Amino acid sequence: MINASLKELSLALAAKKVSSVELSSLFLDRIERLNPTLNAFVTVDREKSLVMARDADARIAAGTAGPLTGIPIAQKDIFCAEGWLSTCGSKMLANFVSPYDATVIRKMHAEAGLVSLGKTNMDEFAMGSSNETSFFGSVRNPWDTQRVPGGSSGGSAAAVAARLAPAATGTDTGGSIRQPAALCNLTGLKPTYGVVSRYGMIAFASSLDQGGPMAASAEDCALLLNTMVGFDERDSTSLERPVEDYARDLDKPLDGLRIGLPKEFFGEGCDAEVMAAVRAAIAEYEKLGATCVEVSLPNSHLSVPAYYVIAPAEASSNLSRFDGVRYGYRAPEYGNLDDMYMKTRAQGFGAEVKRRILIGAYVLSHGYYDAYYLQAQRIRRLIANDFVEAFKHCDVIMSPTSPSTAFKLGEKAADPVQMYLSDIYTIAVNLAGLPGMSIPCGFVGGLPVGLQLIGNYFAENRLLNVAHRYQQATDWHQRRPGGIE
Amino acid sequence: MTQWEVVIGIETHAQLSTVSKIFSGASTAFGAEPNTQACAVDLALPGVLPVLNKKAVECAIRFGLAIGAEVAQKSVFARKNYFYPDLPKGYQISQMDLPVVVGGNITLQVGQGDKAYEKVVRLTRAHLEEDAGKSLHEDFHGKSGIDLNRAGTPLLEIVSEPDMRSSDEAVAYARALHALVRWIGICDGNMQEGSFRCDANVSVRPKGQAEFGTRREIKNLNSFRFLKEAIDFEVQWQINEIEEGRNIQQATVLFDPDTGETRMMRSKEDAHDYRYFPDPDLLPLIIPAEWIARVRGEMPELPVQRRERFAGDLGLSAYDASALTASQEIADYFEAVVAIAGKANAKPCANWVMVDLAARLNKDGKDIADSPVSAAQLAGLIQRIADSTISNNIAKKVFEALWNGEGATADEVIDKQGLKQITDTGAIEALVDEVLAANAANVAEFKAGKEKAFNALVGQVMKAAKGKANPQQVNDLLKQKLAG
Repeated sequence: MINASLKELSLALAAKKVSSVELSSLFLDRIERLNPTLNAFVTVDREKSLVMARDADARIAAGTAGPLTGIPIAQKDIFCAEGWLSTCGSKMLANFVSPYDATVIRKMHAEAGLVSLGKTNMDEFAMGSSNETSFFGSVRNPWDTQRVPGGSSGGSAAAVAARLAPAATGTDTGGSIRQPAALCNLTGLKPTYGVVSRYGMIAFASSLDQGGPMAASAEDCALLLNTMVGFDERDSTSLERPVEDYARDLDKPLDGLRIGLPKEFFGEGCDAEVMAAVRAAIAEYEKLGATCVEVSLPNSHLSVPAYYVIAPAEASSNLSRFDGVRYGYRAPEYGNLDDMYMKTRAQGFGAEVKRRILIGAYVLSHGYYDAYYLQAQRIRRLIANDFVEAFKHCDVIMSPTSPSTAFKLGEKAADPVQMYLSDIYTIAVNLAGLPGMSIPCGFVGGLPVGLQLIGNYFAENRLLNVAHRYQQATDWHQRRPGGIE
Repeated sequence: MTQWEVVIGIETHAQLSTVSKIFSGASTAFGAEPNTQACAVDLALPGVLPVLNKKAVECAIRFGLAIGAEVAQKSVFARKNYFYPDLPKGYQISQMDLPVVVGGNITLQVGQGDKAYEKVVRLTRAHLEEDAGKSLHEDFHGKSGIDLNRAGTPLLEIVSEPDMRSSDEAVAYARALHALVRWIGICDGNMQEGSFRCDANVSVRPKGQAEFGTRREIKNLNSFRFLKEAIDFEVQWQINEIEEGRNIQQATVLFDPDTGETRMMRSKEDAHDYRYFPDPDLLPLIIPAEWIARVRGEMPELPVQRRERFAGDLGLSAYDASALTASQEIADYFEAVVAIAGKANAKPCANWVMVDLAARLNKDGKDIADSPVSAAQLAGLIQRIADSTISNNIAKKVFEALWNGEGATADEVIDKQGLKQITDTGAIEALVDEVLAANAANVAEFKAGKEKAFNALVGQVMKAAKGKANPQQVNDLLKQKLAG
């Protein structure tokens, strides 16, 4: 059961071989036992989970269950869930119990009947690539507990990799689903911007944030994505499109698939062994009927600098609401109003969040706006145009997800720029608003390597198909970390 | 001595009459218990997002069409970032570089009588934004309370060019704008509740100088009287400063109605850097031509059009036409009166509405919409004056009776109270003879050349007739008899 796919769990629940309460308890027990080692969850509430599980069992008994009703999953703590602490990994919200459900949570609970096992640890306000910026402490990578799980959805990644949950939600602003998926041997999907509602997903950078599934396989991601998507009138950037079944095209053959390999992503800057694993995966695709073409993303070297203007700019404004006035942390002692603001925010935010607020306020300030923010927006358009051009020659773009395997805790914590560079392959995808995935494609020194797949707008079905066929032919995604039990 | 010229531009915040807020579904009704009309979005809970209320956009389109402006095909919402406890998100959603309404103008009537003149004030722009909440500083024992009911209420900020040259012009502009936004139904204009408030940018310069002087902005003027008083004080203050050799520093000032003075709130050096940038939570606002066309089709006849019709069709003076279009309610009432009383009586109709009715309404503090005397009743009354059934003086009595509900129609009041004018020449002649016989002294005075004595005799006849004799006939008969 622990290692079962969502489809297998769905069948077992439908056949009443197991109840949702039993299944949820199984995972809750594992969380209780292993979470002290991994620190993947920040909030677990057995009673709340079991209430949902009992509801799910009732729906199954009544024959009104959906395909995933009763399956327990983990929720990144960036999603507001009614009655749950919703902390976003920050001291600022360490006491914040949300009075409402994010749209994604509502869809998963009320519509799909999924059971939430708890809220997973994350980099503070999703700002980080290692999960070390969380107020609740670092998450450990189940493949090597001295190493980071990646970030910012590191808690979700560690939880699924260690099978504390069959699947999880994540969010991805610059790689926060794909990079931890790569570092923890998972399959993760960041959908096209606007496909998954952002309502109730605590904003980091509004024009880049996108929720998505993290699971053991493309098939699991497809099934979970089905429960997350859909137009939401509460999110003005949500797209009104016909509903798709993301499991529809999984088995389509890959004959004639054109894989674009951006020459800029296959040069320097990547660990050689990681690159070798990625090239081996591409060779496997050729065996499956694909052909490779070289494409170019000439502005991709500008994506990290452009991102570190746009994302902090939006964040500096998005995080202004955390002022100690209405909810969340307030400094215990202060003089006047300005002092209350300053102490509250100085004490409530961690160093990385403060760094980005400062950068963001700077690039938006009078006299600098044109040189930084507007220039970055121009670069953003160039990057998006690069992809439009590349997709004239290919169906899917492939690259490493991350330039290295999981690094040691503390290794890059003191050097923000080194940390930022761990997202060099993923960030352009967010800037362009495209869908992207990471799938397991091998190991280096016992640590997982991720292959990034980038699709054209709304090509989630194609990406999942491309990922699934590879996973039919390989077993990287089925490998589980040993030694944490 | 230097002759000074005053230069005034006005920024107005008009609260739009939408049922719900500009970016959330919460109600905009005034006066509810604090924080009962603030939903998750208004409270800026983590994760919430704004969704634009199309009704607010429609208000902006109406305004743009009413002032002959360009309604922007594409406008952009931007965040204005600053910290304040009643600003829940830490930024206000407004419009900066691309506003929804660009240009346009408003024609005003300034002054009265011989000194009245027409003035065209150009508008720079109008943009949509959300209001903040309110900080409450009383009853909290050294702390402040926050009421977020008003947070997210839609505002149209209307910015004029610096085209006004006196406080009278500024007030005339504010009044015309106030009438217009109410006329087109986008703002209730309630100034006590803050639905319509003005900031005045004031500067002075030597007459003939082309460049503007340095301006100071007077914030949050919520009555026409305060607007005038504040500008008058500020102008005098600036002139004094300059004449005493000091420079005016750009600043934001507040007007204190108790002292009648303006005082500095913050200087230019303290000005915030609002770090405006396009709000990534909202897509650019696209207004297709069809939407504008639809709103155009739903527009009422505008004050300027109605004014022209009143002057052209009904032959009223520009001043009368302007006064009768001060609000849609007044114009509607007047038109209803004329419709019954007839175009030939347009001038007396105008006088009754602007003078007698207005004074009576004012006395009881009533709006014309709640007038106890209906347009039909007033028209009936005017018809009886026109056909000489009653005199103007008696008409005032009848009007008062109608006001007090002493009859359903003027005719009923005239009948019941026996107010019908005496026009029978024989009857009047008898009264005249009686008065002449009884007032020999007056007759003698008149004959000695004292014109006043004639009036006394008229008064005596009217008194004998209980005011009901036709005054013209009384005059004519008296003259005839005295000459004879």
